[in-house]
Amino acid sequence: MPYTLRIRRYDPESGAPPYWADYPVDLEGHKSVLDGILDVKDREDGSIGIRCSCQAAICGSCGVRINGQAKLACNTKLRDAALKAKDDAITVEPMGNMPVMRDLIVNMDAVHWKKVQRVVPWLEPAGPPPEREYIVPPESMIDVTQSMACIHCGACVSDCLSMEVDPLFIGPAALAKAYRFVGDPRDSYTEERLRDLAEDPHGIYDCTHCFNCVQVCPKGVAPMDQIMRLRRRATRDFGIDDSNNGRRHEESFTRIIEKKGTLDERKLLQDSLGPLRPQGQIALLRALPTGLRGFAKGKITPRKALFHEKLEGMENVKRIYDHAEDHAEELNLYIIGEGDGEEEPDRDAHPRMEKEPAMGEAPEAETRAAAPREPRPEPTGSEGPS
Amino acid sequence: MRLAYWPGCVSRGFTPELHGSMAVVAERLGLELVELDRANCCGAGVIAEHNQELADTLNARTFAMAQKTGLSMMNICSTCQGAQSECQQRLDADASYRAHINEVLAAEGLHYETGLTNKNFLWLLVEDYGLERLGELVVRPLTGLRVGPFYGCYILRPTSRLGYDEFPERDTYLEQVIEVLGGEPVDYEGARKCCGFPVITMNRETSLKQAARHIGDATDAGAEALVTPCPLCHLNLDLQQPDAARIIGEDLGLPILHLPQLVGLVLGLEPKELGMHKHVVSTSGVERRLAAQVATA
Repeated sequence: MPYTLRIRRYDPESGAPPYWADYPVDLEGHKSVLDGILDVKDREDGSIGIRCSCQAAICGSCGVRINGQAKLACNTKLRDAALKAKDDAITVEPMGNMPVMRDLIVNMDAVHWKKVQRVVPWLEPAGPPPEREYIVPPESMIDVTQSMACIHCGACVSDCLSMEVDPLFIGPAALAKAYRFVGDPRDSYTEERLRDLAEDPHGIYDCTHCFNCVQVCPKGVAPMDQIMRLRRRATRDFGIDDSNNGRRHEESFTRIIEKKGTLDERKLLQDSLGPLRPQGQIALLRALPTGLRGFAKGKITPRKALFHEKLEGMENVKRIYDHAEDHAEELNLYIIGEGDGEEEPDRDAHPRMEKEPAMGEAPEAETRAAAPREPRPEPTGSEGPS
Repeated sequence: MRLAYWPGCVSRGFTPELHGSMAVVAERLGLELVELDRANCCGAGVIAEHNQELADTLNARTFAMAQKTGLSMMNICSTCQGAQSECQQRLDADASYRAHINEVLAAEGLHYETGLTNKNFLWLLVEDYGLERLGELVVRPLTGLRVGPFYGCYILRPTSRLGYDEFPERDTYLEQVIEVLGGEPVDYEGARKCCGFPVITMNRETSLKQAARHIGDATDAGAEALVTPCPLCHLNLDLQQPDAARIIGEDLGLPILHLPQLVGLVLGLEPKELGMHKHVVSTSGVERRLAAQVATA
């Protein structure tokens, strides 16, 4: 079936602005968009710039935007792309948030790799290295296998909405990489790493929960989930009081619901900004006109601002808190899969991160960290660089 | 149609006009809403960030309350939809985890079982109520009014969690509703982007720049108003719009409607009944356009 590829062309040396060009492709629907581009290069115009190598969603080279969304060209079938195409043309353009070098090739060094370097992407173990390999319990490594699956294609960086307005944001790929080391029991700089990322105004608290990175990642890394893990470790495990109001926001939200059951926005705003600190007072003053506007329009009434009604039956909410704050189980669907829940699974078969075992614990379960158990076979790829 | 109704916190907090407009619109549509008035906050992703099990249990409690009514559940907040769907996905994935959480709920006589349907008003309107039926109720069409959709991230992504396999067009429903109400949907960059609200207390500039950019893009594309199914988006786009304008140093002034308000106007309800006087950005332009149509009709 014939398809039309509408490719964004740009040659910086020509001095001409970028333009769109349509190319007919007569390939079957199960062929990939990359097959289509390479076909056009062969037949029509060898000058089209695209980076590619493995053609099997392993190397991460062929990240592009297809119909406006970052994808691996080799991993996207023509017929699927055609379903989302407007005006019957599949648009292919370079990824976002990175400078375009030529046609579909972006400068990954200038953005992606620079940000990865920023998070100290190597292991920093304590003390002299052991004679042979580091020995850690297997369950302590399972948690980081999700972030290890990253192939550095840049799709999440391309479509990150925080980075779109704040180019300094460390971003989803680099922060997922950071978790790969924060979650590694062999690393000795866990707290320093977390403090650094929490204090950076463009760090873990600059993510707006937009889920774009989760949506576009071709390997199921769910970078945003890794950012939330970094936040959780920073606040719950290390109590890091960052100057970005990250911990204060999380803590005050959680405590308001514990006390009242529903959200008291006025109190959340006040407590998040930290009214006892000079910076907090300035921030509150800055928020004052917003609040006054709300008053003036009757959105916020004095009664609502001063008195937030408690939910009826709060003892039940409190009971949930008492149990969950103590237990704090974490279920990672990447590890356990998204079963239908009908079967009674063996709880021991997929250990969860109830409490991260410290290095050296659980000696009967020791294994070699160099070979973490593969939790879920993936048809299209293997572990990326770690 | 009877529904177990979860209005969320913000619709009863800083956007009271949403709760109020949903109530009057439901009556017009013939929806009987059984409000889950003892249910707790969904956590908005923040409690899950703090402690996943806590968020999952709190939402399992809400789901169990809905199940006790024997009805499907409806919400009016994209953020509630996303935060609750995330918890529901975990609860449904693992029977032993679910059993563990149900032990905690048992003290209150509650039990969550898989199979609960929880839909945002937007999804319900298109999938269950039906656009044709909605179209028949139109008494004051939006004719010619250019309305930009603003979905809110939590109702869009990740598609694998939010039922897009079964309903692949969920990311076009706002356009479909605008059209059936007689308006002209505006195609602009920001319709499916983030309003920035979740980081307003952590990085005000990142937050407001996002809001400002989308309002600006929509205005440039000719929008006369935006419509959103998310009250948190409404806070950043309406309540904070003057601040957003200051951050980018440009004049903005685009009215932002809650989805029930847009529907309500077309069903013949008055702007005041729909709480439109409570908006920070005046909606008088929209009201004038609709009034002019009635006059010329």
